Amino acid sequence: MTVMDERGAYRPAPPPAWRPATDPGPLLPDDEPYRVLGTPAQEEAEEKLLLRLYAELVRGRRFNTQATALTRQGRLAVYPSSTGQEACEVAAALVLREQDWLFPTYRDTLALVARGVDPVEALTLLRGDRHTGYDSRAHRVAPLCTPLATHLPHAVGLAHAARLKGDDVVALALVGDGGTSEGDFHEALNFAAVWRAPVVFLVQNNGFAISVPLAKQTAAPSLAHKAVGYGIPGRLVDGNDAVAVHEVLSQAVRRASEGGGPTVVEAVTYRLDAHTNADDATRYRKDEEIEAWRGHDPVALMERALTARGLLDEAGVEAERDRAERFAAGLRERMNTDPELRPLDLFGHVYADRTTQLMEQAAMLGAELEAETEPSAGSETGPSAGSETGPSAGSERGPSAGVQTEPAVGAGPTGRGGSGGQDSSVRTVSGASGRGGGETR
Amino acid sequence: MTTVTAGPASAAGAKPATMAQALGRAMRDAMAEDPAVHVMGEDVGTLGGVFRVTDGLAAEFGDDRCTDTPLAEAGILGAAVGMAMYGLRPVVEMQFDAFAYPAFEQLISHVAKMRNRTGGALPLPLTIRVPYGGGIGGVEHHSDSSEIYYMATPGLHVVTPATVPDAYGLLRAAIASDDPVVFLEPKRLYWSKAPWSPQDPEAVPPVGRAVVRRPGRSATLITYGPSVPVCLEAAEAARAEGWDLEVVDLRSLVPFDDETVCASVRRTGRAVVVHESGGFAGPGGEIVARVTERCFHHLEAPVLRVSGFDIPYPPPMLERSHLPGVDRVLDAVARLQWEAAN
Repeated sequence: MTVMDERGAYRPAPPPAWRPATDPGPLLPDDEPYRVLGTPAQEEAEEKLLLRLYAELVRGRRFNTQATALTRQGRLAVYPSSTGQEACEVAAALVLREQDWLFPTYRDTLALVARGVDPVEALTLLRGDRHTGYDSRAHRVAPLCTPLATHLPHAVGLAHAARLKGDDVVALALVGDGGTSEGDFHEALNFAAVWRAPVVFLVQNNGFAISVPLAKQTAAPSLAHKAVGYGIPGRLVDGNDAVAVHEVLSQAVRRASEGGGPTVVEAVTYRLDAHTNADDATRYRKDEEIEAWRGHDPVALMERALTARGLLDEAGVEAERDRAERFAAGLRERMNTDPELRPLDLFGHVYADRTTQLMEQAAMLGAELEAETEPSAGSETGPSAGSETGPSAGSERGPSAGVQTEPAVGAGPTGRGGSGGQDSSVRTVSGASGRGGGETR
Repeated sequence: MTTVTAGPASAAGAKPATMAQALGRAMRDAMAEDPAVHVMGEDVGTLGGVFRVTDGLAAEFGDDRCTDTPLAEAGILGAAVGMAMYGLRPVVEMQFDAFAYPAFEQLISHVAKMRNRTGGALPLPLTIRVPYGGGIGGVEHHSDSSEIYYMATPGLHVVTPATVPDAYGLLRAAIASDDPVVFLEPKRLYWSKAPWSPQDPEAVPPVGRAVVRRPGRSATLITYGPSVPVCLEAAEAARAEGWDLEVVDLRSLVPFDDETVCASVRRTGRAVVVHESGGFAGPGGEIVARVTERCFHHLEAPVLRVSGFDIPYPPPMLERSHLPGVDRVLDAVARLQWEAAN
């Protein structure tokens, strides 16, 4: 006879606090994405905000087309366009206060630009000369994150730390629909909820994770519903409606700032371009689908709303486009300048202090760079070049073995000999992939 | 630069303390000195850790400073990254070696690289405590020696104490470091005791320096962590056979102290590397290569390795067959009679 056979014999008392008392009702997202533009609410939206969002949208669209063009000229190694998603990017940047932090993915360069990061610095990772071009601490913008969803726990930790220190700081973390399938998404939401961290998660559901559509990514009613299981409210918003995204994010940021804890916002949008310039989107989606979404373009939506309210006419549209064009021209010109490469920087910032091993390797590279600048040193490498394994190499070599010094003379764009006595401690490169750059040379 | 320490008896008048107590004390003192130091992990608070290493910290400093987290290693380490970005100094516990694997993406893609990726703007002063190695009768996934994974990742310091004073001194140094430190705690030495005074802790050499635990003339045993006591015992036993063995405790696997190791091997002309971790592509391979490159003309015999077998960690009733013990070390030492055998 087991306890299961005897009715009532097995009656475990639940532990006193066996679950948090959370009513799921208020956490559930609306059935339809929240909208302002094209609804009566559009009339009540603040005029100044509308104009600001519009200006950023127009500039953002131009930024996307310009960056994509730069990939064709070999000036960017790759560019994941956010064309079609500008409303999310712009709203994410504009809702943040100065002290707040933004945690972007690789697709979110536009959010950085809207937050005030120099566009060239925002594109440095994608150009390929440095990992992060901007000062993360000064801008309160984490590095663009390439692995999916791994930056979400960072946002939670930072927000938690700020609250522990008594600072009013909110972290806003961006993630795509594909990223919601990753384990770190789950762990970040769970930690944020348990710690009541002042963090906002914005899921930009643009329909595809490279080629995989949402239906193959999740069986959830919506991505916003995923929040509910963690005890977090989920909000669903039209991701092409900049005013709606701004409003929902503003509420979430305010709630976080006031100690109300995290919010998950799913913005339903669409990536009009391919995943990156290297992707062929015709393999996984049809023109009709793209055309349907063009009818719901975030820039056009805003233009219609502004026009309907009498805040914008054709001259106004022209003026905004001109400004965006000047911005693009400036960006183009600066991106066409060869970046300075400092090979010895490879050994910078690996550790606070270089290890002996790194000092030895830096000395080796320094010697190679020096040899390259000597006219006849090109091909032959004598015994000294292999000194790393020479009998006296190793521990005897002190920290001062030419490591801290810059190479005296840099090589020209081609790297080896013959750039004609250019006295520079750095190298330059024409485009990340070595092509193009004709304008400057 | 070589430091020869006296035996544990040097802390005269001090009561015996365990390594676990010294580690706990290191965290306690660091937390008392610096409000930025936060201890976090699963069970570290109310329970005081499954090994009681964090015992008393939550009671003294509160839940916000010593935090029981949800059970999620990637989340723990990922949140610690964000906390360090905001200026805190998290000390993260991974509870058991193999439990750290879910956190490897955070460790490798972010912890190890954040300083480099951001050009120094966001250094991550965080300590990752990983109880590691076997010999405590744990079932599978509780006894891995995972040091090679950490060693192979640029941007991480990898440290492992073998003595009670080192447990305290190295952990204090790790917490004070502005770089991420993987702090490997040899589980089977948690209850090893030495006279040690928490009021007046013994100064230890800094991270990055190896230490000669026992001077000798005829061969060098290069080892670290749980294998240090094994090598010291082997060195005592070898005296009967006429061997005067030097024992070098690496203490820090990254950065690696070529200077102390090579100075010893040049003196003795013979060396054996001893560790629990597997031999194939294990830490010993790197150490042997470094020693050979630097000391070739001083060597009287090939540098040998004594390691765990290249198998998944065995079930507890068989771990004695796997772990390198005194006899296996002595067998290797005997094989150092290279010229006589050839």
